[in-house]
Amino acid sequence: MKILVAVKRVVDHNVRIRVRPDGSGVETNGVRMSMNPFCKHAVEAAVQLAEAGQADEVVVVSIGPKPATDVILTALAMGAHRGILIETDAQLETLAIAKLLAKITAEENPGLVLLGKQAVDDDSNHVGQMLAALTGRPQATFASEIKVTGQGLEVSREVDTGRETLSLPLPAIVTADLRLNTPRNAALPQVMKARSKPLATRPAADFGVDLAPRLVVEKISPPPERVAGKSVGTVAELAAFIAADISQMEAL
Amino acid sequence: MSVLVLADHDQGVLSPATARIVHAVAELGTVDILLAGENIAAPAQSASTLAGVAKVLTAEGLFVADSLEMLLSTLTVRYHYVVASAGSVGKDVLPRLAAKLDLMPVTDVTAILGPNRFERPIYAGNALQTVASNQPKHLLTLRASAFRAAATGNAAPIEAIDTSGVSSAAKLIASHRTQSETPDLATAQIVVGGGIAVGSAEGFQLIESLAKKLNAAVGATRAAVDAGYAPNDWQVGQTGKIIAPDLYIAIGISGALQHLAGIQGAKKIVAINTDPEAPLVKLADIALIGDLFQVIPQLIAELDKIGLKR
Repeated sequence: MKILVAVKRVVDHNVRIRVRPDGSGVETNGVRMSMNPFCKHAVEAAVQLAEAGQADEVVVVSIGPKPATDVILTALAMGAHRGILIETDAQLETLAIAKLLAKITAEENPGLVLLGKQAVDDDSNHVGQMLAALTGRPQATFASEIKVTGQGLEVSREVDTGRETLSLPLPAIVTADLRLNTPRNAALPQVMKARSKPLATRPAADFGVDLAPRLVVEKISPPPERVAGKSVGTVAELAAFIAADISQMEAL
Repeated sequence: MSVLVLADHDQGVLSPATARIVHAVAELGTVDILLAGENIAAPAQSASTLAGVAKVLTAEGLFVADSLEMLLSTLTVRYHYVVASAGSVGKDVLPRLAAKLDLMPVTDVTAILGPNRFERPIYAGNALQTVASNQPKHLLTLRASAFRAAATGNAAPIEAIDTSGVSSAAKLIASHRTQSETPDLATAQIVVGGGIAVGSAEGFQLIESLAKKLNAAVGATRAAVDAGYAPNDWQVGQTGKIIAPDLYIAIGISGALQHLAGIQGAKKIVAINTDPEAPLVKLADIALIGDLFQVIPQLIAELDKIGLKR
């Protein structure tokens, strides 16, 4: 089975972001960028399936500017076999991303496409579901366990009420949640070796997909600030505060 | 303009999130509710009582993402808005439906600013994005916790719809529910949350006893869930549930960014922690520095003394 993994380059999740004063967006100049954490879980899952002999090729694809090559190299160092960069400097919406991924999916014809459940910049949580619709494939989002069975996959996923397990025929689309695995940090020899693995760069414009945005982002603003409160010295004072707050709440 | 709301329900009970979604979208037009799934008679009845609802549609059967998308795509021709709560079902199906209809959805909406303008948080709530959409239809998920509930007293008609022809490649083969007598976490007025300092699943029983006293839901940090002290559907944070209670009592929680993202909508925050420097202690309305194992039993006793009943 071939596995296609989509990865996104985002502001590193440890960086405290700063909203530009003019409301045009979040400052990304000079800010450390890295692979979206959920995408790392997807890469790790694919590499583990390959190591277990259940997948024979892991192809990793990213859509973004030239520097997104870095996150593809990270995935190759983790054990993916081959990379594709769909190059664009435009900020693409999730629908356009899903359409480009659908084109690559049609070309590569993987048995499984793995993605992170959401990107930590736009927090959209769309692309896996959209790709599933565009390719007419079944989906399992928020995966915490993936088992390859004779006929397809059994995927445990996290839902509002607890956990559930889906059985999916292949080909299928799965998005990774945090509990799926612990992504590895590639050692230096793997990082060096990743540079010699095949990595194709293709312009997004060549795919014949309408990439124009559908939504108008009017502004980006910082959230309202919370004013710091006070400390109390005794449990009795705390209880009085809670009781007063609850009676106020119930009066509304 | 017309709105279709996909209702959340579980085990024959309508989710309190649905009343909030209905109230939030009532200003956009007449609202029909779709109840899809098994054991939907009682939740359909509850949905029909919500103010602003014109009609309740019921689709009996077991639906997963692909079949629910198929069902919705046959219905959506009639509506300008298709709306779900930003829970696991809405997140699963709305983007899928949107791509099928060649539309960009707007998800995790926390404010409706007009018929086609919406606000949603990005970067784990560290920024807010205002978007306008000129598309012919709007597909939305709303964070129920950001909106107030619709009143009841309505008696909208309930109409079963034909689901023949709807099928699914994916099959649900098992589900594991967390049993709890406490209210729904995502929409509770009061939430008592525990962190890694609670130390064990037994320690969480202490958190639960305070929650029961306050008729509050129980939440947990990702670290506490990962450590096995609490089930994963109690997780509050960027990757768990997003809550906006009137009162949040954070016990033994230092306040990692991930967790803060999940509680940004809380109106009042109470923190109980041994560390006065913990981020959550610093932004709480009221903080008590102390050992939770001593404080909570005392707090329950004090609340009894005051005569608090909920």
